[in-house]
Amino acid sequence: MPDAKVKLAFELNSEPVEVAFAPHKTLLEVLREDLGLTGTKHGCELGECGTCTVLVDGKPVLSCLVLGLACAGHRVKTVEGMAGGGSLHPLQDAFAELGAAQCGYCTPAFLLAAEALLGETARPTRDEIKQALSGNLCRCTGYLKIYEAVELAAARLRGEDAKPAPESLYGVR
Amino acid sequence: MLRLPSFTYLQPNTLALALRMKADAGPEGTYVAGGTDLYPNMKRRQQEPRTVISLMTIPELAGCGIRDGGCAVGPCVTLTDLCAHPAIRQHYDTVAHAAELVSTPLLRNMGTLGGNLCLDTRCNYYDQTYEWRKAIDFCMKKDGHICWVAPSSPRCWAVSSSDVAPVMVALGAEFRLVGPNGERIVPAARLYANDGINYLTKQPDEILAEVRLPPADGWDAVYHKLRRRGSFDFPVLGVAAWLKWDGRRVAAARVVLGGVASRPQEVVEAGAALTGTDLSDEAIGAATEAAYRPAKPLDNTDFDLSWRKQMTRVYVKAALEELRARRR
Repeated sequence: MPDAKVKLAFELNSEPVEVAFAPHKTLLEVLREDLGLTGTKHGCELGECGTCTVLVDGKPVLSCLVLGLACAGHRVKTVEGMAGGGSLHPLQDAFAELGAAQCGYCTPAFLLAAEALLGETARPTRDEIKQALSGNLCRCTGYLKIYEAVELAAARLRGEDAKPAPESLYGVR
Repeated sequence: MLRLPSFTYLQPNTLALALRMKADAGPEGTYVAGGTDLYPNMKRRQQEPRTVISLMTIPELAGCGIRDGGCAVGPCVTLTDLCAHPAIRQHYDTVAHAAELVSTPLLRNMGTLGGNLCLDTRCNYYDQTYEWRKAIDFCMKKDGHICWVAPSSPRCWAVSSSDVAPVMVALGAEFRLVGPNGERIVPAARLYANDGINYLTKQPDEILAEVRLPPADGWDAVYHKLRRRGSFDFPVLGVAAWLKWDGRRVAAARVVLGGVASRPQEVVEAGAALTGTDLSDEAIGAATEAAYRPAKPLDNTDFDLSWRKQMTRVYVKAALEELRARRR
């Protein structure tokens, strides 16, 4: 009976959840279709574009290639779990402030991949940021604003009173 | 939208249980580790197992440590963990380097060493959705009868696209395979066959249970990869070169090419051209020519095939020059 629903318990955005779904569903499908969390986006669904990135046990992975069933007992974090206490995560603030998005479709994935990086490295170099985000594709913006936003958020998370560089906001005069 | 076909998913916690589950599932059962190769293939209906048996829940497949002077690595170690492991970084930096060149950080968090070693061969006419493949009446690797790369060919020419496999062959690593009738140890080169369909000599019910790296003593190795994008891509050419030094002389050498055949292709003549030399420009030139001749890229991956063949010269030369520069 491969299509009978299975019940799964795991931790989602710091809360325990139980959900029933068809056993061959990917985590992406379970999140969007069975849990109603549509912040995680469908992209290529083949592991190429990075748009479906979520954190499992703190590590960024592609939810289109993770089986829901493989997540039993694990910690899953989606973009819906980033803001807390009525305020955005510093990365979300920085992305908005710098316009590090155009259509925004890839943004949840970039935010989570960047959060995982900043969890490991408080002061990442530009190269480390590029490397950490190299599996996430954005077809609108180019990546410069995204790198700058990650650097700005990193500085604020270190407690620095950082502001965006004027040329980031207004261009070079 | 690409969805997985329905299947039964099993999570054994011992090798013995995994083997029993595979025996019960028969030919319609398959093993999976990270899933980054199998699940896209299943979504495109290139593989359609009815039972998928995860190896990620078997603790004995996940370790990594120095043993008997060499290093024993579990095949379910993720590529991220393999790159970061202190013993691998210190003694087998070329293995770490090759693993680091595989795909993206996200996929390396999921994909495993064993998965990269058993990676399905790739081809422009095969790595497509079901509808795309149906539109050309399929190919012999799945659902069809013809090889679209070489239509008169009786065999499939899909390409070995692993980064780590050529390094394992060059290093002379060994694999422990466990099956229903016991276990066997095979040299890395013997795991692979030059056939796009039957590219592994591992039987379908056997599990790659351990990767054994030789003692890190007296040899050096490098890996160079050609791909379109610096950020991530499968190799269209990989060059793994290994040397054993005897003072200033090369006591033994192996040059192994990836991305030019259905298996990692050792060029024995290139190794022979280096042996006994001091890795002079002339020796490197002779080895480069030897490696260029048998490299037969076909028109079934990225880039123009004649350019890819020319690049064999360039990349083998660069790999050998790096080995010379690294000589202590």
